[in-house]
Formats: sequence, structure tokens, C-alpha cells
Amino acid sequence: MLKRKAVTSMCALVAGALIATGCSDAADGGNNGGAENNNSGNNANGGSGESATVEFMHLWPQGSSAQHHRIVNEIIEDFEAENENITIDLSVLSNEQYKDQITILSSSNELPDVGMTWAAGYLDPFVDGNMFAPLDDMLEDGLRDEFVAGTLEAYEKDGQSYGLPLELNTVYVYYNKAIFEEHGLEAPETYDELENVINVLNENNVEPIALGNRDSWTGSMWYMYFADRIGGSDVLTNAINRSGSFEDPALVEAAAKVQEMVQNDSFVSGFNGLADEEAKSMFMNEQSAMYMIATWDLPNYTTNEDVPQEFRDNVGYFKFPTVDGAGDTDSFVGGPGVGLFVAENSDVQDEAKQFAAYFVEQWGSRAVTDAGVIPATVVDGDALDLPDMYVDVLQDLNDATNLTLYADVQMSASVAQTHLDSIQALFGLDMTPEEFGAKHEEALSEEE
Amino acid sequence: MNKVMSNKWFITLYLLPALLLVGILIFIPLVLTGYYGLMRWDGIGAMEFIGLTNYINVMQDGMFWQSAGHSGLLAVFSTLSLAIYLAVSMILASKIKGSDLLRKIYLLPMLLSSVAIAQLWIKIYNPSNGMLNEILAWFGVQNPPLWLADPNIVLYSIFIPILWQYAGFYILIYYAALKNIPESIIEAAKIDGASPIQIAYRIKLPLIMGVVKVTIVLAIVGSLKYFDLIYVMTGGGPNGASEVMASYMYKLAFGTNNFGYGSAVGFMLLIITLIVTVIIRKVTADKEELQY
Repeated sequence: MLKRKAVTSMCALVAGALIATGCSDAADGGNNGGAENNNSGNNANGGSGESATVEFMHLWPQGSSAQHHRIVNEIIEDFEAENENITIDLSVLSNEQYKDQITILSSSNELPDVGMTWAAGYLDPFVDGNMFAPLDDMLEDGLRDEFVAGTLEAYEKDGQSYGLPLELNTVYVYYNKAIFEEHGLEAPETYDELENVINVLNENNVEPIALGNRDSWTGSMWYMYFADRIGGSDVLTNAINRSGSFEDPALVEAAAKVQEMVQNDSFVSGFNGLADEEAKSMFMNEQSAMYMIATWDLPNYTTNEDVPQEFRDNVGYFKFPTVDGAGDTDSFVGGPGVGLFVAENSDVQDEAKQFAAYFVEQWGSRAVTDAGVIPATVVDGDALDLPDMYVDVLQDLNDATNLTLYADVQMSASVAQTHLDSIQALFGLDMTPEEFGAKHEEALSEEE
Repeated sequence: MNKVMSNKWFITLYLLPALLLVGILIFIPLVLTGYYGLMRWDGIGAMEFIGLTNYINVMQDGMFWQSAGHSGLLAVFSTLSLAIYLAVSMILASKIKGSDLLRKIYLLPMLLSSVAIAQLWIKIYNPSNGMLNEILAWFGVQNPPLWLADPNIVLYSIFIPILWQYAGFYILIYYAALKNIPESIIEAAKIDGASPIQIAYRIKLPLIMGVVKVTIVLAIVGSLKYFDLIYVMTGGGPNGASEVMASYMYKLAFGTNNFGYGSAVGFMLLIITLIVTVIIRKVTADKEELQY
């Protein structure tokens, strides 16, 4: 009996060894293949007229982002028409899949030549791992001036730019004008007025605010706005960059205000179990009166033909109100959404950069008019025939005194996870505002 | 032929392809996961060897043990529900009217993907317009539970679709086993005056005990590494109330970019599953199987 066991384990060992050697051979082969590719890539660079293929990966599938998807395809078509020796090899994934895929690809050093990334904390591991190419050389010939001030900076690290922002979003509370009118309500400008709106809606059995806090970044935006109004535009950012603290009285009070809103039944029931999409559909089916989201949702309330015209006409927005007389309503939560990166180890980096620059410029001019996306590049709103809401939003951007980047984007991935989990606990009343602050302090100090 | 089959070289030759596949697809990733667990690694940049630090941290990680507890609870529930599946199979296997149709209905969830099941149950659980709360309201329940939002009940809310999802699978296995029992034995028992309950408990159950043991192992091991439905329905939330070991591992690796630590958790998951499997085998190991 024992003997047989010994034999089988020997077999397993031998097999294992075989596999190991087999694998290392394969790996060598792979490397060689890679080197050959490199050569052919270099030849193409040499301008011998040979064709180059630029891999491009984005996260706007036709199903969920039809307008974005179409514009991307048009830009690619035009680019290929103008540069006949360059082919764009496109792959499209949805948001969450994209995030996973890009991590896996970078761990095996196979990033697409051009792809999309998020700013700030998200960017760090990619930059530290030398995955993204520095882009300052391509910004110097005028491209830099195209961007709205402050957007490029979110993609900078150690004075170098690693991403070209495509979107600029600010967060508003959207509301259903018909429901407000029916109950004699007006868009609130102070927190007291907001409370009153919520009370009146609750008395009339209307769900006041749609919130999908299973994706806890949605709840985080409420907390961020309270922090901004109560403590000013720097208090949250300082707490994250460690010149301040999450136990700052203003931040603790912001957390307390969130719980006050929960206790006043301000949000739809079961919000901690709802996804943002579900909350959105509640608002869009007129089952709730208000919904907080960034301007990436503007098309749904203006140009999107799939949404009933009647509903679109009923949607208005208001800036987050002042709280107890404090706060500046022109201070926004928001910031750049996704941006383009160029892979550092790309075989066709020159072509990739050429495409990225072309894409950003074209995107800027087409995004507002065709997709209703507020781009990160400067738009002359007056020169375009835009829905009123866009004109207002662009005006708000011009008047903005401050733009606070989403907390979970500012933070490193692991602190962001703590933040998002704590937000759910805070909204679920499982955690006191003091514990909420302490939890963040603990996570941040572990990083140091 | 016998001569060939007793030749050690031939045995090795025939086994080799399977061994290679298992080696490449299962054992190498296993070993690599254990190895990555020794690293500080964000999944993107360079790895840094830090010895057993990750493993020591996992042992002291309250969140890990909480999620392990949730996985354990799921294992207990799955095992208990086997009794229900078995009872249903016995009823189906005794020739009742419409048992064919019922069998197909029970099998239906098996044909759906986990994501579809998750979406379906998210709709059912929706607190404001979900089917479940509509029905409860119909019965006059004033404040129905917030199925997926209440940390105290979210775990059980998720267990129900999981149990529903696997009902068909186990019923199929039991049904097949029960159909294999020779009719003559049951007839003999009937003639001796045994009641249907007695037949089920004293004759049918012992005869398919081998199959039951296998399903217990399947249910427990499957529960420990369960992931997909929970990931889609709650993502482990709210605030970790429905986190299981596999979703925690995923969150660490992909959510927090901590692949080293995530790998350590994955390896712990493997070890726990192995230990549990060995224990079940030991506990359920019986002297002799009944034969018919």
C-alpha cells in the first residue's frame, strides 16, 4: 500500500518537473515572439510605409453607452481614413469588467497600446509599475491648452502627465419638477429647505431621494458635499493627504448629517441593497422625486431619445444646498472621469500617441453636441446649439470656485475600499460618525 | 489485453495526458497562488518578498474570519437543505402524477446562469416594487424587511436563491440513485407490511447512502468556495455583512489592488476546504456499503 503511494507521488513529481520545464520553454518562446514583434514594430516606425496596428480598449459598450460608443467608432473611422498605415484594433468592455481586465493585462504586461484609466489614486500602481508612458512631450505643442484648468493635474504624478482626461463631471441633485409642483415645493437652497422638501414628500407618501448605495460611491457623494459645505473645500482633501484628519469636527458633523438624513427617511427604503442603476430607474420612472448623480447622466435628462420626452422636460437640477448658513454652492464634488493612457511598453508608441492626441481633440468637439458628455477640454457653449441644461452646466463650470475629486478616487485602492465599506455602515446606522472618522484614520495611518 | 493493462509503462502513458492537464490547469496555479501569498504585490508593479507576513495577517484578520463564518453558515444550510432535496426526490421517484413535469420545473434553475438568477432575485427582493414585499403588503405587513439592505438578514436572503439554484442538481442525483433501487426490494418490504415512511428511512436511504455522502461533500465544499451569486447580488455588502471567503479574496485582489494578500486568502481558502473535506471523509467513512 505504502509502496503504491510512493510510486504515485513520484509520478506526480516527475510530471510536475516535466510541466515546469515545458512551461519555461513556452515562456522563452513567448519572449522570442515578443522580440520579433518588437522588430516589426520598429520597422513600421521607420516610416517605410509599413502598417502599424494600435490596440485600443474602451469601456463604453453599445448597450449601456450608445452615444459614446458611436462617437468612438466615428473618431476611429476618421483617424484610419487620415492615417492609412495605422489600423485601430478595438476591444470594448463594460465598466466593471474593464477594471478587472486592465489589472490582469498589466500584471502580465500586455496592456493595450491605448486604453482608459481613472485619475489620482487609481493611477498610482500603474505609474509605479512603469505601465503608462509619460505624455508631457505630446502635451507641449498646444494640446495642454485645450484642457479645462485642473483636469490634467488629476492625472499627474511627480510632475509628469500619465493620462489625457476625456470627461469632466460635476455632481448635482436632479429633481422631478412635476412632483415638486404637485406638492407646492421649490428647489431648495439651504439644508433646512431640503429637509422641508423631504418632510412634505414623506407626508404625501412620495419617496424623496433615490439612492443606490450598494455601489457606495453614490453615498460617498452625499458625505463629500456635507463635508464641503460644513468644513470648506479643503477639509476632506486635507484629511486624505494627511495634513488634516478624518476626526476633524467638520467631517464628524458631515457624517452626522448623513445619518440625520437617513433617520428622516430621506432616501428610498432599502437603499443599501440597491445598485445605482436601480435607484436611477426609480427616479426615471418617477417613483422618487430626487436623485444625486454626476453630469455623465445629463443625456438621460436632455437628449436621449430612449427616454420619454415628457419625463425629460420634467427634470431640473439644483446645486447642493448650504448647510446651516455655511458653504459655497459653487463648490462642486466632481472631477475628471476616465482619461486615455498610452502603454509604456507599446511596440507602436508613436502611433499610439498620435491616435490618443487625435482622439482627445475630436472627442472634445463632438462629445457635447453628439453625446451630451461634458468633455475635459474647453468648449465654447455659446457657439453651439445646446439644450438649456447643458448651457447652465457649462456656465456653472465657469463659475465654479472649487472642484473636489471623488473621495474614493483620491484615495489609494485599499483606503478607498475602507471608505466605501464605511459609507455603507454609516448610511446603515451601523457606525457612529466618530467611529466613521476613526476607521478612516486607522486605514490611512496603515498606509504611511 | 490484460498483459498490456498491467504494464506499468502503458499505465503511465495513458495517465500522462490527464496528469499534464491537471498539473497545468490546477496544480501550477495552486502553487503559484501560495507563492504570490508570500509577496507584497499590487498586481501591477514589481513583487516584493515578505515571507509569511500575509499569512500571519490573514490569521489575525477579523474580516477574513467573519467571511469564513458566513461561508461556514452557508455550508451548514446547504447540508441541511439536502434533506429537503432528498425528500422531494423520494416523492418524485415514487410514481406520482405529474412527477415528470415537476422534475423539469425543479431542474429549471440549473439551466439559468448565476447572473440571471441573481438579477431575478434582486427584482424579487426590491424593497419598493419587488414581488416579495408586494405579497407581504397584500397580507397587511406594514414594514417588510429590507431583504438585501439589512445586515442582519442579508445573508439569509442570499441563501434562499442559492438553495433554489442547486435544488435541481441534487434532486437529479438523488432521483437517479433512487431509480436504481430494484423494485423487488421495495415490493418485498411492502408485503412485509412496511409503511412508506419506513421504506424511505429503513430501505431507500441506507441503499443510497453512498450517494448521499458524496452530495454532502459536494454541498459543503461548494459552499466554502461559493462566489458568483453573492458577488452580483450584494458585492459582499452592506459593509461586509454578506461577505464570504471567495468574495473577500476577490475584493482584496481586485478591489484594493492587494494581490499578495488576496492570494494568501485564496490559499487559506484552499487549506480550509482541504481540511474540511478530509474531516467529512473521516466522519462519513463507513465500514461497509450496503449492497443490493
